[in-house]
Order: sequence, then structure tokens, then C-alpha cells
Amino acid sequence: MAATDVKLLGVGPSPYVNRVQIALNLKSVNYEFPEQTMGSKSELVLKSNPVHKKIPVLIHGDKPICESLIIVQYIDEFWTSGPSILPSDPYDRALHRFWAAYIDDKLSPVMRELRMAETEEAKQVALDRSSEGLALLEEAFTECSKGKSFFGGDNIGYVDIAFGSSLGWVRASEKLAGVTLLDQAKTPGLVSWAHNFSSHQAVKGVIPETDKLVELFKMFQAKAKAN
Amino acid sequence: MEEVKLLGTWSSPFSYRVLWALELKGIPYQYTEEDLYNKSPFLVKCNPVHKKIPVLVHGGKPICESMVILEYLDGPWPHNPLLPSDPYERAVARFWAKFADDKGTVIWTMFRSTGEEQKEAVKGSLEMLRTIEDLALGDKKFFGGERIGMVDLAFGALAHWLGVFEEIVGIRLLEPESFPRLHKWTKNFKEEPAIKENLPDKDKMLSNFRCLREKLLASP
Repeated sequence: MAATDVKLLGVGPSPYVNRVQIALNLKSVNYEFPEQTMGSKSELVLKSNPVHKKIPVLIHGDKPICESLIIVQYIDEFWTSGPSILPSDPYDRALHRFWAAYIDDKLSPVMRELRMAETEEAKQVALDRSSEGLALLEEAFTECSKGKSFFGGDNIGYVDIAFGSSLGWVRASEKLAGVTLLDQAKTPGLVSWAHNFSSHQAVKGVIPETDKLVELFKMFQAKAKAN
Repeated sequence: MEEVKLLGTWSSPFSYRVLWALELKGIPYQYTEEDLYNKSPFLVKCNPVHKKIPVLVHGGKPICESMVILEYLDGPWPHNPLLPSDPYERAVARFWAKFADDKGTVIWTMFRSTGEEQKEAVKGSLEMLRTIEDLALGDKKFFGGERIGMVDLAFGALAHWLGVFEEIVGIRLLEPESFPRLHKWTKNFKEEPAIKENLPDKDKMLSNFRCLREKLLASP
């Protein structure tokens, strides 16, 4: 299929968009990535995702697919010749889905609270919650990886993409709040996983540099305060 | 045949999503009613992260989160599939199932609140119903097409729990004239034997949720 048959609507700093890029890269799918303006939604986004009006949207042929993890599953199920993103065993698939849901529903919100925290007290609460969440994810890593480099085993899988896509923002949160989240002493598995994930062929060049994200965040905060 | 256990509660629509799926697929299972005010050690062992129901235990292995369980079931029991086979249609089904989970909470907010908060929740609930009516169902009998699928189960609360909440708070949301497709769907859904024979008693629900609302409104 020609590259123009696969179009990704989104912006580089969004970890949700990064998820889709990584999945497409894993499957060696060529795609168009037309530049969207940060903070405003193009006509095409509004038309393709009328319910949520959000990015990412993957447009395959003339069909729009919305919601990052749903797009990742679609990519896995459509392009079957590339490496599998979800495991083949139904129970292992359930485990991956469970942890991906945990990351989106529980972990990401507390990490966001950490970035946004304006008082020391709020920061400490968010930090404690983030640490608890990461401790659970460390256990999940041990269970899913079965001694290998990724949650998916030898290769990047669903949970790797779900969590790995946020590594840029995890690092940015560490810088902004002056804390360490991925700690060698407390989460050694995740520390080595993060290194392996970031150096993977399919991930290189996708997640923006930490300093860039820190700058972006500060800019957003300033804008929000001005309004 | 490995043993299947379901840990649930009689009044939870999430618990029923899984129960209905098991019934639709004709999977034999052992059901255990959990007391959420006094959680069993087994429940906590099976779901240490959330300590919630439903939990499906298959051959001793626990699976948690209702939608994760529904996705799981087509694996070992592919007959009467809950998801379509086409990748795009599966993506559409997953989209609406996620919508049911993410937006469905506004109905709970309407139920457990009063005043301004409730007004906002009513507005949000109507918007949600409008989206489903206009975009999700089309002219199909079920969200899954001719047969009940994962999305129908995900929206199951609208077919039975919503009516109970409406009666308790005295606000009607799902008017047949405003939402003809959705209204018809609730009838079709509840007429399916697997669903009809597995619905919590309405009077018991009214009494239970009335009590719960009072408790929630009384606490700070």
C-alpha cells in the first residue's frame, strides 16, 4: 500500500501520538504525518473524530481509527506480517490489556498531577502515588518480561508501547519536580527496560528530547496563567 | 475443561457484563457473590491492584477489569464471538466500548448528586445518549449487528440500571421520542434470553440504590 494510504494526524510531543508512530515503525509501515498545529484542531481531525475531536487519529484508506491504544491494536491486527505487538496467548493478552489500562487510568493521571503540583505538599502526595504506581509496574515488568528485555519479551509489545511512549514526559516530570521516578534502587527492572526501549529501532527519533518537553510544558503553564 | 469462576455483585452492571457474556457463550461457571464492604481474601488475592469485581478466574488464573475479561473470552471460547473479525470493525467496537466506560460515569454522577452538580451531569448524560443515538447504533438491531456483541454488553447499564436511577432521582433521560433507536435497542437487548433470564430484580435494585443514594448524599 502506498504511504498516502496511511495518514497519522497528531503532534510530535503527544505520547499518545508516539504510541501510534512506534507501532507503525514496528510493522515497517510507511505513513504520512502531516504537521498539525499544537493547540488547534484541523478540519480533518474534527471530521475524522467527531465524538472526541482529539488526536491521534489514524486514517487508513478512507477509514478513521481513534484512541491511541485502539489504533495500536488495529495496526497489530491489520499488518499481521510484522512482529506481533500483543502476545498470542489469550491470558498474556489479558495481562497486557490490564496493565495498559492501569497506565492510562491510574498512573498517567498521578504523573500529570506531579508536573502540575504547585505546592510542596501537593508534590509529595503526587510523588508518593507515582512511586506506588511504578512499584506495581516494576512487578508487572517482572511478570510479563519473564526475564527478557521488554514487557513483550524479546521484542517491544503492547505494554512497552503504552508506557514507553510516556518516557519523555516521565523524564520531563523528573526535571520539573526535581525528583527521581525511575530509580535504580526501587525499580531496577524499569530502569534497564527504559534504556532498552529508548534505544530500540522503532522508537529512536519518535519521543521528543526531555528538554524540549520541559520547555513546552513551561510555555503551556505560562499561557494558562495568562488567560 | 478448566474451571471458570466469576466473582461479582448482584447490583453491578460491570459484573453483569461478564455474566451475560458467559451465558451468551454457554460457558459453565461458578458464581460467587462478593461483599464489597467485607472483601474476601480470595478477591484481594485475585485483584491485588484494584480489589474490585468483576474478576474471572479461569483454571486458577485471574483476569480483572470487565472489558479486559470480555476481550479475553473470545480467545478460549471463539464461538458466538463478542467482537467482529474484521480489524476495522473491531476498532470501531473497541471505540464504543471505551466510550461506554469513559462517558458512562456521568450517569452515576447524576444519580449520586443534587443541585448544580446534578444539573451538569444531566446535561452530560443527555449529550452522551445523543452521541450514541446519532453515531453508534445506526439501523442495526444491536451494536454488534444481528447478534449481541461486546458493545451491547458495555452499554448494558443503559438498558436496566438507567431506568432505576431515573425513577429514584425523578429525572427522565431516555425518552422514546428523543432517542427512538436507543429505546428500541433497550427492548431488543432485554428480550434476548441470555439477558432476560439474568437481570437483577428491579424492586430489589430500587430499594438498594435508594438506600445507597441517601448514604452518599449524607456523607461529606
